[in-house]
Amino acid sequence: MSNALLEVRNLSVDFHTARGTVHAVKNVSWSVNRGETLAILGESGSGKSVSASAVMNILDMPPAHIVGGEIFYDGQDLLKVSYETHRALNGKKIAMIFQDPLSHLNPVYTVGWQIVEMMTAHGRPADMARARALELIKRVGIADAEAALHKYPHQFSGGQRQRLMIAMALMLKPDILIADEPTTALDVTIQADVLALLKELQAETGMGLVLITHDLGVVAEIADRVVVMSKGEIVEAGTPRDIYHNAQHPYTRQLIGAAPGKGTIKLLDADAPLLLETRKLCKTYGEFTALKDVSLSLHRGQSLAVVGESGSGKSTLARSILRLEAADSGEALWKGRNLLTMNARDLLGMRREIQMVFQDPTQSLNPRMSVYQLISEGWDIHRLMPDKAKRQARVAELLEQVGLAPEYAARYPHQFSGGQRQRIAIARALALEPELIICDEAVSALDVSIQAQVIALLDDLRARLGISFLFIAHDLGVVRDFADTVVVMKAGEIVERGPTAQIFDAPRHPYTQRLLAANLDPDPDMQAQRRLAGAPA
Amino acid sequence: MTDVTLVAKPVSQGKSGFSALLSMLWRDKLAFVSAVILVLIILCAVLGPALLGDMANSQNLRGRNSPPFDLARGWAFVLGGDSLGRPMLARLVVAARSTIMVASGAVLVSLAIGATLGLVAGYMGKNISQVIMRLADVIMSFPSLLIAVVVLYVLGPSIPNMILVLAITRIPIYLRTTRAEVLEVRERMFVQAAVVMGAGHWRIIARHILPVVAPTLVTIATLDFAFVMLAESSLSFLGIGIQPPDITWGLMVAQGRPYLTTAWWLALWPGLFIVITTLALNLLSNWMRIALDPTQRWRLEARSTKDE
Amino acid sequence: MTKLISQRVIASLLSLLGLLILVFFLSRLTGDPAVLFLPIDATEEMKTQFRALHGLDLPILEQFGRYVWDFVHLDFGESLRKARPAIDVVLEAYAWTLPLAGITMGLVVVAAIVLGSLAAFNVGGFFDRLVSIVSLIGASAPDFWIAIVAIVVFAINLSWLPTSGVGTPWHWVLPIAVLFIRPFGLIVQVVRGSMLTALSAQYVKTARAKGVKNLPIIFVHTLRNAMLPVITVIGDQAAAMLNGAVIVETIFGFPGIGKLMIDSILQRDFNVVLAAIMVTALAIFIMNILIDLAYGLLDPRIRN
Repeated sequence: MSNALLEVRNLSVDFHTARGTVHAVKNVSWSVNRGETLAILGESGSGKSVSASAVMNILDMPPAHIVGGEIFYDGQDLLKVSYETHRALNGKKIAMIFQDPLSHLNPVYTVGWQIVEMMTAHGRPADMARARALELIKRVGIADAEAALHKYPHQFSGGQRQRLMIAMALMLKPDILIADEPTTALDVTIQADVLALLKELQAETGMGLVLITHDLGVVAEIADRVVVMSKGEIVEAGTPRDIYHNAQHPYTRQLIGAAPGKGTIKLLDADAPLLLETRKLCKTYGEFTALKDVSLSLHRGQSLAVVGESGSGKSTLARSILRLEAADSGEALWKGRNLLTMNARDLLGMRREIQMVFQDPTQSLNPRMSVYQLISEGWDIHRLMPDKAKRQARVAELLEQVGLAPEYAARYPHQFSGGQRQRIAIARALALEPELIICDEAVSALDVSIQAQVIALLDDLRARLGISFLFIAHDLGVVRDFADTVVVMKAGEIVERGPTAQIFDAPRHPYTQRLLAANLDPDPDMQAQRRLAGAPA
Repeated sequence: MTDVTLVAKPVSQGKSGFSALLSMLWRDKLAFVSAVILVLIILCAVLGPALLGDMANSQNLRGRNSPPFDLARGWAFVLGGDSLGRPMLARLVVAARSTIMVASGAVLVSLAIGATLGLVAGYMGKNISQVIMRLADVIMSFPSLLIAVVVLYVLGPSIPNMILVLAITRIPIYLRTTRAEVLEVRERMFVQAAVVMGAGHWRIIARHILPVVAPTLVTIATLDFAFVMLAESSLSFLGIGIQPPDITWGLMVAQGRPYLTTAWWLALWPGLFIVITTLALNLLSNWMRIALDPTQRWRLEARSTKDE
Repeated sequence: MTKLISQRVIASLLSLLGLLILVFFLSRLTGDPAVLFLPIDATEEMKTQFRALHGLDLPILEQFGRYVWDFVHLDFGESLRKARPAIDVVLEAYAWTLPLAGITMGLVVVAAIVLGSLAAFNVGGFFDRLVSIVSLIGASAPDFWIAIVAIVVFAINLSWLPTSGVGTPWHWVLPIAVLFIRPFGLIVQVVRGSMLTALSAQYVKTARAKGVKNLPIIFVHTLRNAMLPVITVIGDQAAAMLNGAVIVETIFGFPGIGKLMIDSILQRDFNVVLAAIMVTALAIFIMNILIDLAYGLLDPRIRN
């Protein structure tokens, strides 16, 4: 037997749900030692965090039920020890941090209290815990540690909260730190900082790190070993380099193939007529400036990407153009006419020509309407196609166009997977035969493999139907694959614009450079090179 | 984070919404029994006075305070006779009408007014919303029974006045719930998607907002029916609600009170009827809260698969 | 927080003004106040005298002005029954109702929170079902009926407790017990539901991953988060306690505000009714402000 510090052996967990028993993980085995980083890579539904939750004894049972297997820590099987023994290990020997620190920190207690509790819960005196907390808050890079102790979670930014979570996890110098998607909710530049912090702390303390992620880039950046999970099973294990260059399992190959940012860059057709133009759009919310003098133009057949981190104003831009939000000043010209001052009648016409695809199809499709009703609603609104037989034929046609079976028309959104739902949303947008589709983070909620399919679909629609796209995204890889022109936004302003090739190959603005540098490459060798190149800066 | 999501396997369309709801009700035995009880009580309220009205008012001095479970005087006296020798069972059935009429009247009126105002407050601008909410505050900041007492004192007790008073005191419940839900629903993405497609206000309210809000309102109305019934009973019990010769269960308890030591059944049966009805309403409302919520419904469906 | 409270105070003052207007017009416009205020057998001469004395022959706006002026000075006129200022009679009754309501509400809150939390932690178990059934029945039973059944059982048949009055501590047992049942049934359900939601929150996972023990997870981590909706219901129920008090005080002959109210209405002592309404409204406004303060105390996100 191996002598790993933490070892999961043949773990199987079932979930008892409304639709029967789901085998969440089947015969999963992995191990991690001191000083080592193991990545568990998988898409949603792969069961990648189930085994870690079992290690921490935080699976919800029911519906979860551990069918078999062992979890060895320091020679004892954690699945057999008493509740009290396991509790005493949690936090002290094995600690965990989570994806969304805002919901994982208790909103009604101060950060200091919560960090200190990590030690007092294990019987250490409070004053000692306080001193250690101060030291660690400083160590993770929070400016005024003393003040931070007395603040509440909502008073910090997302990146700071994750740093505080890390400080909390390290209070008792655990042997193992489990990090469940620790950077997924963060902007790329902050993700890079947090990953760097984790690496530094690991080097200092010598702890073992288990990192659960869906992101090949994160794996390339930080992991020593990786296990790839699909449908509850480990399909492949090895070093990141081996897996990336020499994947054996078809699923792994598909996953690597779907990683964005590898396609050929598109070129802009400069002669096409102007479709949409904004001039000095401004919008403030109280003190906060969401848009400041934003001017851009979009030509027929073009796909223009607006890139930026959270709070950059990119979504406000889309919402202002669509008049979901009233801009404070400026103009948005649609074929030469100002959208922002249009009367109700012209506005209705415009609403037929511009459609939008939202980030989360679960929320953008009314759960109480059938697919047929969803797609045909636009015709009701604009009094088009009164003939029912024609409508049914057209709905079937649209469903086929987005890669869904026509029989799906009678079903409801909850009966579909996330990727299928986004296809329905796209079919709905196509129903009115728009000239422009605005995609607001339309693929960021989807798994990588699904993401690639949806991007391919949008690309195909653009080529076949000549639809223009305003593509709002934070993921640079996706933007590189889809857009022909890129606009980079920061704090409500456009800092750089140009053809995609120019932005990616020769960025001029420091912010664009930082953004690109922070973007992780799925290829471990490339990522190692970039790390070296970026290190002096 | 447990990231097990169920990939939707195509589910057959199956039964229509209503019959699916009925079969779900059949599976939850407590809720089913509650529904049956409520249907029986409504039948009593609708048909009772026509069938048993004369019997309920015929006095029979030899049957005064006759004890229950004695079938010598006929089945109508199975629950005993009252202080004027009228059969308790017949009177209880007849009293169901006023009791149910006042409660359902008050619930419907307050639901209609409250939901409309709440919709307006939630959908329109801030100023209208402020005025409406302050109005609700005035009503809320006042114990409903006291308001009822005073208004009935001034206007005089009668069934329409009772309905009016109880309805006014319950409006804020629907108003606040509707407004809060509308505020939340109108920010949802699918409403925004409809706006982007060009949907007008009426379409958004009728097709996208109301269908989401309605189940909550129905659930609350069921629960509130119980509350209003208790309030009416209390007022009638205190002598400022329904006045004789009209009868409600609450009034019957009051009329039975002087005979507590000699004929306990006069006050016991009507009280028990109130308890059973409110209990049934509470149970049904609890069931509806889950059954009408698509994100919770699986709990009931899961239970059914285990049963079968 | 101060902004929140000052908003609440302004809103409350507006509400109070609304209530003043409502009561004023109800009492003036729905009939002759002289008929409303005077005993039923008053002569025409008495009525004219009454109108002149109370300025009822003045223009309506001036009447309203005097009415508001009197209210600000807490002057509601004399009680017809007791020939004393109405406000004194009302405050005296409050001295009885406040301890009754206070003790009951204290017991309700403690019992509901402890039992509701434990039921939620043990969801689906025997204890949870027991609490659910008891609370459902409690919330469904009319208090006047429970009161008279309790009198029959405990006071008449068993002779353990007195039927009515306030002489000894024993006299408080039945009123408190009856008054306890409905608010307890309602609040325990809210505590249980709110705790269920809070227990499935992510920060509970964090606490478990930290190795915090179960009792602190329930009563320190989760309960404080679950308290916000509970506080709202506690406020509503504390206000509604006056409803229950009307019934319970009448049945148990307890000389509090509820009994005073009913007696005054039945004997047409309108000045006392008016004073009681206004004092009650004031008390509820003060309580609403306390509830707001409690919100801020519990949840730092509300403070700023």
